[in-house]
Amino acid sequence: MKPFAYHQPDQIADAAKLLTSIEDSKLVAGGMTLIPTLKQRLASPVALVDLTRLGDLSGITDGGDTVTIGAMTPHALVAASKLLQTKIPGLAALASMIGDPAVRSRGTIGGSVANNDPAADYPAGVLGLGATIITSTREIAADKFFLGLFETALEPSEIITAIRFPVPTKAGYAKFKAPASRYALVGVFVAKFADGVRVAVTGAGSGVFRVAPMEAALSGNFDASAIAAIKIDADGLTSDIHAEADYRAHLVTVMAKRAVGAALS
Amino acid sequence: MANVIGIGASPKRKEDQRFLTGRGNYVSDIKRPGLAAGVFVRSPHGHAVLRGVDKVAALAAPGVIAVLTGDDVADDGLGSLPCGWGISDAKGVPMKEPPFPMLAQDKVRFVGDMVAFVIAETPEQANAAAELLTVDYEVLPSVVGVLEAIRPGAPQLFKDVPNNICCDWELGDKSAVETAFRKAAHVAKLSLVNNRLIGNPMEPRAAIAEYEPGTDRFTLWTTSQFPHVVRFLMGALVLNIPQHKLRVVAPDVGGGFGVKQFHYGEEAVITWAAKRVMRPIKWVASRSEGYVSDRHGRDHVTEAELALDETGKFLAFRVNTLANMGGYLSTFGPNIPTNLYGPLLGGVYTTPAIYCNVKVVFTNTVPVDAYRGAGRPEATFVLERIVDVAASEMGIDRVEIRRRNMIPREAYPYQTPVLVQYDSGDPMGCLDGALVAADVRNFGIRKAASASKGKFRGLGYSTYVEACGLAPSRFAGRLGARGGLYESATVRVHPTGQVTVMIGTHNHGQGHETTFAQIVSEKLGVSFENVDIVFGDTDRVQFGMGTYGSRSLVVGGAALSRATDKVVAKGKKIAAHLLEAAEVDIQFEAGRFSVAGTDRTKTFEEIAGAAYVPHDYPLEVLEPGLEEQAYYDPVNFTYPGGCHIAEVEVDPETGTVTLVNYTAVDDVGTVINPMIVEGQLHGGIVQGVGQALFENAVYDESSGQLLSGSLMDYCMPRADHMPMMTVATHSTLCTHTPMGVKGCGEVGTIGSPAAVINAVVDALSHLGVTHVDMPATPNRIWRLLQNASLPVAAE
Repeated sequence: MKPFAYHQPDQIADAAKLLTSIEDSKLVAGGMTLIPTLKQRLASPVALVDLTRLGDLSGITDGGDTVTIGAMTPHALVAASKLLQTKIPGLAALASMIGDPAVRSRGTIGGSVANNDPAADYPAGVLGLGATIITSTREIAADKFFLGLFETALEPSEIITAIRFPVPTKAGYAKFKAPASRYALVGVFVAKFADGVRVAVTGAGSGVFRVAPMEAALSGNFDASAIAAIKIDADGLTSDIHAEADYRAHLVTVMAKRAVGAALS
Repeated sequence: MANVIGIGASPKRKEDQRFLTGRGNYVSDIKRPGLAAGVFVRSPHGHAVLRGVDKVAALAAPGVIAVLTGDDVADDGLGSLPCGWGISDAKGVPMKEPPFPMLAQDKVRFVGDMVAFVIAETPEQANAAAELLTVDYEVLPSVVGVLEAIRPGAPQLFKDVPNNICCDWELGDKSAVETAFRKAAHVAKLSLVNNRLIGNPMEPRAAIAEYEPGTDRFTLWTTSQFPHVVRFLMGALVLNIPQHKLRVVAPDVGGGFGVKQFHYGEEAVITWAAKRVMRPIKWVASRSEGYVSDRHGRDHVTEAELALDETGKFLAFRVNTLANMGGYLSTFGPNIPTNLYGPLLGGVYTTPAIYCNVKVVFTNTVPVDAYRGAGRPEATFVLERIVDVAASEMGIDRVEIRRRNMIPREAYPYQTPVLVQYDSGDPMGCLDGALVAADVRNFGIRKAASASKGKFRGLGYSTYVEACGLAPSRFAGRLGARGGLYESATVRVHPTGQVTVMIGTHNHGQGHETTFAQIVSEKLGVSFENVDIVFGDTDRVQFGMGTYGSRSLVVGGAALSRATDKVVAKGKKIAAHLLEAAEVDIQFEAGRFSVAGTDRTKTFEEIAGAAYVPHDYPLEVLEPGLEEQAYYDPVNFTYPGGCHIAEVEVDPETGTVTLVNYTAVDDVGTVINPMIVEGQLHGGIVQGVGQALFENAVYDESSGQLLSGSLMDYCMPRADHMPMMTVATHSTLCTHTPMGVKGCGEVGTIGSPAAVINAVVDALSHLGVTHVDMPATPNRIWRLLQNASLPVAAE
C-alpha cells in the first residue's frame, strides 16, 4: 500500500468538497474492493475520503410503495431487514448472497452500486427493480445510471446518499456463483410490477443489462415456462477461464427461470 | 502413576494449544535487531532476454540499502540451485540439467522468475524502490503447454535442450507389453490431462537471514519442510558456507503440502544478501507472489492403453506421458513424474506387463515439483480411469473387473513388473468394506430420487495403492537420488525422567508433537505431557531429511521407536546393577524395571536419576547419562492403499457437479492416533476433490501470463463443497516398519480424484460420455452435454 492522506468528514458537503479540491482523491465506503486494490498497489490515490462518519446514510426506511436504503447500509443489514423481507424479499435474498459474512458486514449498497463491478449483485437488483439512485446533487433512474464496465453516470464529486426501490408485486434473484470468487458468473433479477416485468442480468457481460424479450414474455405470463425457450445472444458476453460466452448466455436463461421460481415461492 | 497416552489413543493435539490461542511462532512473527526488509523483483514476462537492469533510481530511493541482481550473483561466483535427483533415459544418458541461477542471468523463463532483490529499511520503501527499477527485456515468444513445447519450431528455453525435452525416461518391458497387446481380446484407450495445481498453504513462504560477524555464522529462518536439507543444498552447493557455520530454522510453519519441501532461490539470495549488507533481512511473500513462485504440481498429458483378455483380465498396460517441468528443474522436479509415477502403474492389480514412457519437458511456467501425493495421484488417475473405460467397453461391472484383477491378500509380498514389491495389503478387504460403508446396494434408489428432480447421479470407485515412507536410500540411489532418505531421532531422558525428543522430520500441521509423544509415552511408560518434541532447527536437531512423502511416522517414527528401544536397553543395564540381578532377568513394563518373578522394581524416574547421579553405577562398563539416538533407513517403501467411493449429482441445466457422498476405507497400517489419521484423510480427500472439481492453474498460451493467479480465479475447495465423509481404516500391518505403520499423509489425495471423476462419468454415461477431464467445472460439463452423442433427457 502506498501512503495517502485520510479524511473522515461528517457532512456530505464536506466530503464532496474534499473530492473536488483534492485531485486524485477517492471515496471509501466499506472498502471491500478499494482496500484490496490499494494493498496490491494497483491504485494509489492521493487521499481517501471515508464516508463512515456520515451516520445518517445508513438505514432502511419504509415509504409505503417504496423502500429507501441509505448508501452506507451494509449488506448484512439489508439481508436481515424484516421490512425488506416483507416488501421486497428478492432484494434481501440478493444481499444475503453477496461475498461472505465479513464482506456483508463491511460492504455497502452505495459502494457496490457506485463501483458497478460487472459481476456484482446489487446492480442487478437496482436495475431489475427500476430503482432511483439519490445522490448529493440529484436523482438518477437506474436505467440511466449504469454505463458499462465500472462506469456510472456519477460526476466526479457526486456522492450516492441513498437508493429508493419501488415495491414490486413479486421479485426474485438467482445467482450462479463463480466457484472461486463467488461473484455472479451470471445473476438474474426479475421483478413484477402492475405495469410489467423487468429482468436485469449481471455477471454475463461488461455491465448489468436488461433482457427485453424475457420482460415481454413474463409480462404476459409470469411463469418460468414463458422464458424457457428464450435464448440470449452470446455475442458481446464475457468469455474467460471460468465460463465461455455461450455458456454464460445459456445460464442467463436458466437463472432467469430460477429467479421467477424464487419470486413465486 | 504416569499418565500414559499411547498407541491407538486420540488425545487432543498438544500443538493446538499454542495455535488456537495465537501463540504460534511463525517466520514472520520473528523480530531481529536492525531488521531490514527485502522484496523480489520478478519477471512480468514468460520468456525474455534479460538485457540489463538499471539500479540507479532504485538505489536513490528513500531507505534503500542495496539492490542485487544476477550480475552480482555471477560476480560472487555462486552456484546454481541444485536438483536433488538425476534421472537418465533408457540408454543411460543423463537428463539435461541447465543451470538455475538464484537470480536470473541472461534470460527469464517464467512469469515470476526472480530478477532482483531490493533491500530497504521498511517493506514499503523496498516496494516503492522495486517499482523504480528499470529492467530491459527483449520479450520472446512463450510456450506453456507440453504438447506445444515439443513441437518443431517451438520457442526453445535453453540452447542445449533440443525440443525442450529434459529427459526421455522409460520404465518396464516394452517388448513384453507389445507381445501382450498383440494377443489381447480388447484394448481400452484413454487420452487425458492431469491438471496443473497450486498448493496454497495457508501461510505464504517467508524467510529471515542474519549474519553474525563475531562467529562468522549465518542463520536462516525459513518456511521449510526440511531445514537440514536446505542447510546442505544451500550451504554446500550454492553459497559455499560450511555446514557448521550455517543454522537453518524452520519454526512453526502454516502448511506445506510439498510447496515448502524445496530449496528456493529466495532462501539463498536472502542469506547471501544478509552478509553483503551486514543486516538481518526479512522477506514475506504475498499470496499473489506465491502463485507465481511457489512450485506448482501435476500438469501431465497422457495417452494410455490397457490390453485385456476376453474375461477382462489385464494383460498389459502402456502409458505415454508428457510431464511439465516448468522453466527450470526444482529440487525434486524430474523425480516426481518418473520414479514416483511409473512404479505405481501396477496399482492393486496383477497386470503382468507394464511399460511407461515419460518425456519430461521444459516450458515457460513456474517450475513444477512435488505436491501432496506427487506422481502417485497422477498414476492412480490414469489407471483407475482406464479400468472404468475398459469395464464399460467390455460390458463388465466396474467392481467385478477390479475383483478379477486384484492381488489377493495371500499373494503378498507381491512383486510388480515396475520395480516395487508390495509387502502387505488387502485391496479386496478395503473394497468390500467400502461397498458396505457407501451403501452401494441402495444406490439405485438414490439415483432414481435424483432423476425425479432432473439430476443425474453417479458412483465412482478408486481402488488404489501408493508408495509411501520415502525412502529406502539404496533403492532411491539407484533411481537417481543424490541424497539419503533415512531419518534420525534422539531421545533425551532428563535426570527427573521427562523426555525431550529431537527429530529430523518437520511438523507443519501433521500433529507430530502429539503422535510422537504418544509413541514415547507408550514405549517408555512416561506421562504424555512429560514428552516434548523438538524439530525444525539444525542447531538443536542432529540431522534429518524432513517431512514429505508420508514419511514422518514411517521413517521418523521408526527412528524414534528404535531410539526408545535403546533407552530401555540401557535402562535395563542400570536396573540390573541397582537391583543386583542379571541383565537378562530385567523386565521393563509400564514404566517399571523389575526382576522377573520378584517384587523388586525401579521406576523409570529412578533409573534416569541414577544415570545422571552415578554414585551407585557401573561406570567401568556403562557411560552415565540416558540419551539415545537412532538413524533409520527403511528397507522398502510402505504401500498404503484402499478403496474410495464417490457419489455425485450433476445438474444438467447448469453442469454443476455436487459431491453428495464420499466413502474411504484405507489401509494405513498401524494407527497411532485415530483422530489425527481421520483428519489427514479428510484433508487429503478434500485436496483430491479440489483437483477433480475445482482447481486449475491456467496460463495464457502466447504471453505466458498466469491467468489463475489469485484466490479470485483459482478455486480452492471449501467446506460447503464437501459432504460429511465416511472414513474408516481396514489395516494390514506393514511387515518391515518397526510399528507396522504405513503412513497416511497422502492417501486421501491419491485415491480421490479418480473416484470423483469416475462418478461424474458414471452419472453421464447414459449420454455416451466416456471421459471428463479435470477439473469437472460446470462449463466443461455443460459443453460435454451439448456435444453428447445421446440426447440429454427432456427437462
